[in-house]
Amino acid sequence: MLVPGADFPHLCVQCEDYPCVNACPFKALSISKKTSAVLVNDKKCTGCGKCIDVCPGRIPHLHPANKKIVICDLCNGNPQCVKVCQEGGWNVLKTVTRGEHPYRLYARKPEEQTRNLAIKLYGDKAEEFI
Amino acid sequence: MLKNYIGGRALATKILCDRLISEWEELDPLGPDNVLLFLPGPLTGFFPGGRVCVSGKSPQSNGVVGSTVGGEFGVELRCAGYDGVIVTGQAERPVYVFIKDSDVDIRDASRIWGKDGKETNTLLNKECRRLLSERYSRHGEWKEPAKLYIGPAGENKVRTAVVMAKWTHAAGYGGYGAVMGSKNLKAVAVKGTGPLPEVADLGKVKRLINVVNKNAYENVLWRRWGTGGGGYSFAAKTSSEPVRNWQEEWHDEKSYGVDQFESRLWVKQSWSDFGCGTNCMKIAQVKSGKFKGAITDNPDYEMEAYLGPNLGIFSPEENVFLASLIDDLGLCGIQTGNVMGFAAELFQRGILSKDDLDDIELKWGDAEAFAKLAKKIALREGIGNLLAEGTYRAALKIGKMKGKDVLQYAIQSKGVGIGAHGIRSGKDFSTEIGYACSVQCGDHTSITDLSADGIVGEVWAVFNDSAVCCNFSGGFGLPRGLKFDFYNAVTGLELTRDKWGKGGGLKTLQMQRALLLLGGPDLKWNPKVHDDNPSRFYEPLPSGPYKGKAADRSSVKESVQEYYEEIGWDENGIPKSETLKKLGLEDVDKALKKLRK
Repeated sequence: MLVPGADFPHLCVQCEDYPCVNACPFKALSISKKTSAVLVNDKKCTGCGKCIDVCPGRIPHLHPANKKIVICDLCNGNPQCVKVCQEGGWNVLKTVTRGEHPYRLYARKPEEQTRNLAIKLYGDKAEEFI
Repeated sequence: MLKNYIGGRALATKILCDRLISEWEELDPLGPDNVLLFLPGPLTGFFPGGRVCVSGKSPQSNGVVGSTVGGEFGVELRCAGYDGVIVTGQAERPVYVFIKDSDVDIRDASRIWGKDGKETNTLLNKECRRLLSERYSRHGEWKEPAKLYIGPAGENKVRTAVVMAKWTHAAGYGGYGAVMGSKNLKAVAVKGTGPLPEVADLGKVKRLINVVNKNAYENVLWRRWGTGGGGYSFAAKTSSEPVRNWQEEWHDEKSYGVDQFESRLWVKQSWSDFGCGTNCMKIAQVKSGKFKGAITDNPDYEMEAYLGPNLGIFSPEENVFLASLIDDLGLCGIQTGNVMGFAAELFQRGILSKDDLDDIELKWGDAEAFAKLAKKIALREGIGNLLAEGTYRAALKIGKMKGKDVLQYAIQSKGVGIGAHGIRSGKDFSTEIGYACSVQCGDHTSITDLSADGIVGEVWAVFNDSAVCCNFSGGFGLPRGLKFDFYNAVTGLELTRDKWGKGGGLKTLQMQRALLLLGGPDLKWNPKVHDDNPSRFYEPLPSGPYKGKAADRSSVKESVQEYYEEIGWDENGIPKSETLKKLGLEDVDKALKKLRK
């Protein structure tokens, strides 16, 4: 939350063209047939960070302990974040079937996403906080 | 030691007592020898709603106040592998501390010194994320670290300055912003990448988190309005809200209803700090008119009351404007609202003139006049320098200056302005001795009460501030023993309500009391005089459904004595030798000998 109140999940959006999967020099990334999520093979991942650099939203990150890449795997089709969001009655997160949507659009860097949200919340004033 | 003093307020008190009790009376809270502590507790990070406890010798009471503040600081700190941060001494020039796991840096803060709260937050985010990405370049994007910082008021050692988090969160009671300022410490930022400490019974902890969350989900009041409904209801329904420096405690101003805040000002209806299912926070922004652009959260009840009716203000826009300004200056809304209300009453009564107030016409309801005054207080300019000492100290000085007793207009207890829950109507949760005997003085979150089971009421507040968990997500609808079950599931120990009430909780209260009575170089407290309510609480309420009601002096006196008896203090309010020895607090007993003569 770079600007208080303007919080959002900064997670993999499963771009149609999967730049991260294509960029991995070690073939450690693959696409789940079931969910279209990006799966990380920890045995092959060297933590080189190429996938972070090619991701339009710089979304993958290194696990601080094992130094392997972490990318949302949609919990094998049963995302726990959606579950708790529904339990709490917020109804912000929902599971949807994959359609013909330009998913890539949503891969944004944290600053960019914060800027958009902050401007929506605070108008002109937001420029002072970014 | 941790079995007795589990963390947070209790642990801070024990550390302060061990290190400083022999020199306590001479110790200047704003000098380099004070010790400032930021301590999470065993439940931090597990119990929904992250908080951390800030403590030290208080420049308000000269005792120890445990003041908690929301945010992720405590969680990040534990994930970085620390049980707390203790600050001693004094930096030569403005610095901030940057912690990333085992990497700790004391960094130059000259570029952020003097900046207001929101700017400080932005600059720190930028600088810390830059540092993280430079030092750990392969990691990817870093979420910003959690930060505690001070605004200009803390830098200027204003006694009503707070330690801030995010934009609007503050550890208010105690005045620890001034202590940070006296140490030239602008901020502490922390990023932890490790896991939280291992718990004894993970399954049980998970189940209990669900219990707390389910309870929170059902709490429509906090979820929809937070405490923001209070600005109207604590006046109209319970007659316990400060109005014009407590001259009244009732109003029926429908302009100040929560629906007005909700429909005109809230741009975000729910968010929370770490792991909280209640989401009581709002964001309010003034969208039109003179105060356009002002941003704060809720405001919560205390801000609504003290920066609203207490100053004769009944407009949500003006209230948000003042709350936003107070955040930016790094002042405490309660203490500053209290001292500004005090000044306005002196102006109303002709004791302070426009000249005395540096040409400010401090009329009830004039938000811009109060804003001018707040800035002067934060910068210690002119009259602001005097009021920056807090209500009690300012009252003593003004009394001398004018040759009049103005203490009757100071609505405080032992240097701490009283929380916005009056006692006169008897309809609020505050009790007749709630502020008079509290070891945290005017703190409405640490109220004393007599009880039937021989365990004084304030020990529960000590538990919340020590564990450290939120009073809201941790109360209201949950079984009373749940927090102890939670503590046991996390630690694998067997603590019960009774054991806490007669053990660690009580020990903490005794030590806090002892240090409060030892006092400081500028002020000491005499229980016979100061274990009392402000005299205004004995004046009958002049308006509202409880018109005529007031606290009763003889009943309060009796209850105070009864409380002394129950908690083990002598008739002069000093902890008895036998009480302390029974609790194993021989060193405290020794230090109190000189007071018993």
